[in-house]
Amino acid sequence: MPDTSPVFVRDEMVPASPAPASNSGVVGWMRKNLFATPADTVLTIIGAAFVLWIVPNLYNFLIGHAVWTGDDGDACRIQGVGACWTYVWHRMDFFIYGFFPPDARWAGQAGILNEILAQWRVNLVFAIGLILIVPLMIPSVPFKAFNALLFFVVFPIIVYVMLNGGMFGLSEVPTEQWGGLTVTLIIGLVGIVTSLPFGIVLALGRQSRLPVIRMLCVAYIELWRAVPLITVLFMASIMLPLFMPEGVNVDKLLRALVGVALFNSAYMAEVVRGGLQALPKGQYEAASALGLNYWKSMMFIILPQALKHVIPGIVNTFIALFKDTSLVSIIGIFDLLKTVQSANADANWAAPTQAMTGYIFAAMVFWIFCFSMSRYSIFMEQRLHTGHKR
Amino acid sequence: MASRELPQDAATKTAFLNDPVIRGRAYQTITAVLLIAFVWFIANNTIHNLASQNKTTGFDFFWHTSGFDIQYALIAYDRSSTYFTAFLVGVINTLLVSVIGIVFATLLGFLVGIMRLSHNWIISRIALVYVEALRNVPLLLQLVFWYFAVLKSLPAVKNSLSVFDEIFLNQRGLYVPRPVVGHDFAWVVAGIVIAIVGIFVLRRWARARLEATGRRFPVLWTAIGLLLVVPTIAWFVSGTSLTFETPVLKGFNFRGGLALPPELVALLLGLILYTATFISEIVRAGILSVNWGQTEAAQALGLKDGDRLRLVIIPQAMRVIVPPLTSQFLNLTKNSSLAVAIGFPDLVSVFMNTTLNQTGRALEVVFITMLVYLFLSLVTSAFMNWYNSRVALVER
Repeated sequence: MPDTSPVFVRDEMVPASPAPASNSGVVGWMRKNLFATPADTVLTIIGAAFVLWIVPNLYNFLIGHAVWTGDDGDACRIQGVGACWTYVWHRMDFFIYGFFPPDARWAGQAGILNEILAQWRVNLVFAIGLILIVPLMIPSVPFKAFNALLFFVVFPIIVYVMLNGGMFGLSEVPTEQWGGLTVTLIIGLVGIVTSLPFGIVLALGRQSRLPVIRMLCVAYIELWRAVPLITVLFMASIMLPLFMPEGVNVDKLLRALVGVALFNSAYMAEVVRGGLQALPKGQYEAASALGLNYWKSMMFIILPQALKHVIPGIVNTFIALFKDTSLVSIIGIFDLLKTVQSANADANWAAPTQAMTGYIFAAMVFWIFCFSMSRYSIFMEQRLHTGHKR
Repeated sequence: MASRELPQDAATKTAFLNDPVIRGRAYQTITAVLLIAFVWFIANNTIHNLASQNKTTGFDFFWHTSGFDIQYALIAYDRSSTYFTAFLVGVINTLLVSVIGIVFATLLGFLVGIMRLSHNWIISRIALVYVEALRNVPLLLQLVFWYFAVLKSLPAVKNSLSVFDEIFLNQRGLYVPRPVVGHDFAWVVAGIVIAIVGIFVLRRWARARLEATGRRFPVLWTAIGLLLVVPTIAWFVSGTSLTFETPVLKGFNFRGGLALPPELVALLLGLILYTATFISEIVRAGILSVNWGQTEAAQALGLKDGDRLRLVIIPQAMRVIVPPLTSQFLNLTKNSSLAVAIGFPDLVSVFMNTTLNQTGRALEVVFITMLVYLFLSLVTSAFMNWYNSRVALVER
């Protein structure tokens, strides 16, 4: 006979108890991410010591002991002060516009509005550029092709007309007087606008079945990729005048732009080639089967897919290009870095931290541009990736 | 249904102008003619311009006396040396910076790349902040920052920062002890070489035995032992000596020791810290590219953690790492040319700047400089291609 005494049978679920305190919340997170093993604990202590050493020092230098006010370098010359931000603030005009002559109607008058109006030609260019590039970067805004045409073709012309002047009643400003962030952005823009089409043509040429064209493109790409940009810039600044017919004077800024364009189109070509090679052969065959000729199949079938594949690579090349614009300071063009360097020699502001503050400011400007570009590239990568996930 | 007769000849014959072969030849001829015309145009202008400026051409300037000083030269050089010697000094300095930079940037890059993958939150965050902060700032800006803002604000010679009174850092550079080898030190070097050769032989033998019998041999410990014992024996047998000459403050400057000028320190610091950020991203991507299933499979086979990394993960990661690593090495070599901005006498600074300004031989100098970089690039990529073919995936 089986034992018939009532046994305990559970007929409802026990409510889940919370995870033990040592596995959840802050403590759990710390146990998992900071103190998982003895070795981890040692690493955490070393890392924390490093952070505790560097963060207060950085804070004191950049914010805590920094000098924010003052009309000359006196406050920055006190022993032990940090960054001299008032110096950057007072020379901001120079860092952004270089020697670009301010408009006499507003120049020298107090007030932020007058300062903006005094450089209205450059500021208007900045504003137009911003208005054109923001919708270009937001994927859901329509009229992309028209917008791109405006930004990449019309906008450079506007920049030239507005800055160079000499027409529409604007006084002429020679490129020697352009400077600062303006020039850095102009070189970056021209580099981007020229290197992409040239790069596409070179990449197509490298894939060509015609041996002469293929070899030319390979030689061009490999030559520029093998030499440093600074030698290209030296070459452009010294030899371009020699190459031109006598009497033709090539503008100094133009020489640098030619160097930057030659150099970066080779890099862009390699990025585009990656995209072309990633396309399956069937796409080329399908385009031929439709009866499209070479240029039509490239324009409508191959390039749209290939370029879409390599948008992150293209943006990375843009970032490298933008950072490389600082090299033109070596051949004597007043870009952002060069204006900072020459302002650092300003005796009015001479102070122990003057040079460091100037360079940190320039580094922050470059950092903001490059970091936003790289974030944008990651955003585009994720957006484009969805189509290929199975 | 009657099969339709295809008129064979007529179908394959396209109009003369539409024939792809003819068209291809036409395009190539046009390109070649345009290129030749362009080159002729430039050459013609150049000859004309040079003639009108009364400039001579040719490479004879190489044997003229340079007449300028170079503050850091590894070979004998003074202002009475020829331009060719100056050129060699520049090339050697470029090579020096490139080799030291590549070695340390690779080490730091691998370290930071592994740190970023660490499960330890604080370690991976430190690596992330370092990478994101430095790779988005132009290298040139970093170089001038290190040189003009950091090294120039170091204490003067009198108040040098020192480590145990052996290493000194001041405005004029970094001073480290210089090894002074005694007589017959070559024996110790020979001992090291013998030990290294022995280790390679031992490794091959150990691997062969492992594959044949499955028995392991402790290669690492034997190798360390060999490296220590053989040179030590050579040391005592030959009775040589090795002392370190410490830099000493005499008058207004340090005497003795090995002096690294601030330009070199700033250049190396900038190049290493900048390139290491890119290498660390490459290493991270390479390790992440190895499928997690590989780790699980290795664990299922019962491999120890070290063996799993060494035999399964790293070989597969290297395939992804090596090609972009090559281009980073090339970038570092090319970026060493930025030395011209802080006055370190590398090839561009000595040759393309000073020599060109003094001799005015623009064409020749630019041509030779580009040729040297072209050659360096080809050598580096040839070596890395050889290494890549060793680690690349061997398919059926």
